[in-house]
Amino acid sequence: MTGPVQTFTRLQRALHWVMAASILAMLFIGVGMVSTVGPQYLSLITTHKTLGIALFVLALVRLAVRARSGAPPLPADLPRPLQLAAAASHYLLYALMIALPLIGWGMLSASAYPIVLFGPVRLPAILPQSDALRTLLWHAHVYLALAFFALILLHLAAALFHGLVRRDGVLASMTLAANRRGDASGP
Amino acid sequence: MRETLASSLRTHLGAYATIGAVVTALAGGFAYTAGWLSPGRLTPTKLVDAFAPPGGPALGHRRNHAKGICFTGVFESNGQGSASSRAAVFAPGTFPALGRFNLGTADPGAPDATVRVRGLGLQITAANGEVWRSAMIDAPVFPVSTPQAFYDLLLVSRSKDPDALKTFAAAHPEFAAFGAWAKNAPYTGSYAEERYNSLNTFLLVAASGAERAARWSFVPQGPVVPISAADLAARGPDHLEKEIAERVAKAPQRWTAQLTLADPGDPTADPSRAWPETRATVAVGTLVVERIEAEPDGPCRDINFDPTLLPDGIRVSDDPFPAARSAAYARSFDLRTAEAKHYPSR
Repeated sequence: MTGPVQTFTRLQRALHWVMAASILAMLFIGVGMVSTVGPQYLSLITTHKTLGIALFVLALVRLAVRARSGAPPLPADLPRPLQLAAAASHYLLYALMIALPLIGWGMLSASAYPIVLFGPVRLPAILPQSDALRTLLWHAHVYLALAFFALILLHLAAALFHGLVRRDGVLASMTLAANRRGDASGP
Repeated sequence: MRETLASSLRTHLGAYATIGAVVTALAGGFAYTAGWLSPGRLTPTKLVDAFAPPGGPALGHRRNHAKGICFTGVFESNGQGSASSRAAVFAPGTFPALGRFNLGTADPGAPDATVRVRGLGLQITAANGEVWRSAMIDAPVFPVSTPQAFYDLLLVSRSKDPDALKTFAAAHPEFAAFGAWAKNAPYTGSYAEERYNSLNTFLLVAASGAERAARWSFVPQGPVVPISAADLAARGPDHLEKEIAERVAKAPQRWTAQLTLADPGDPTADPSRAWPETRATVAVGTLVVERIEAEPDGPCRDINFDPTLLPDGIRVSDDPFPAARSAAYARSFDLRTAEAKHYPSR
């Protein structure tokens, strides 16, 4: 490894870790709530809806921050296929972060459900009632969420591969609490 | 120099093992949470599947209360509910209502006289847009105390063992009250002559924040004429739908919406136990059914009468059923909307 580690900005790292924990929670809540008839079902559903909308907003903020702050370059010696895989997986992660809450919101709308979050805050319907639409969105929500979880496992494995096997500074760019370059010019 | 995968594996065996362990642990936790490792867990899927008759469910239809007919009308709130609940549906005013009269059967073609339980699905939309959905039945108590016992009862009803129900009743003494009603209560010849009860307990939240447990009923304002099952059967397999359509075409039909307020110590978590007759009741308004519409193109067909879709001012109590019903209704709704082509509009 040569030179100082280049890291994501402090704001980017904060967003990443807050969203990482929340998204994992969302995925676990999602599969948990649809497999229980217990009293926790209702609080899980409300949490899922509320956190989902919060994550949608955070994802948009994050995308804007990313556009402004960019990302540290990957190591030059990383094989080309891995560079491509890294780029593609990050596009997919962003796409799913934004699409899944919207699909969920659309699914509740097309189901003619009142959409009540914590508070109780109410959201308007974004689609008209439709059996065909809600079925499409339901399937999309389920399978894309499972794909999201698989992608997150891959992302985690890749991050650990960078950190434990290659030791090339890629993992540190998201974990380092302090660094020379990022904090000097940071947000 | 670039190392080969094999030499990398040899050099970094511990690192790869760590990565594998982390990923496996997370995936395992996910599978556990999803119930994939717990075949004994009572899931919405199991509960809903247990309603299916031996020949399989009626595709495109509700998995229970499958036979029904839509109505629209209004809820005339008299304001008396406002003392107990800040819900906008209890403010004085007239609010749009839609609903569904139905029979508690998984078979949308079941003859009326073969079904003991009748139900009312209802949605009232307050002036501020808040929605109150409820699904009630005409039984005075629920058959069992817990969702697990209800699932067991569904299995019993499909059992080939002639003594299965007897065995179940012995293990679930709470079943006796419902059993006696089912056996002895007379029928009526009209959906309009039924009293529909929430059975489940909810909490009313007053403007002050004070909470009080309550159940509710919609009590028919017209006369009730008891008839026998044989009389009902003689009127034909679809008598109830024809009768309510004719009756409402002549004149709107009315029910008094009545809250029953719990006293401290009343069983709130167990819908199989009635509260004493002496409990305070409040008449909070009138449901006016103005128009009957067939289900295939009717406004109730695509409504999930999930009893946990409540306005601010009403919330669930420690009664375990509303959550279980919500989970099961959602599953039934997922299935039947995906099967819509099997239940086309007319």
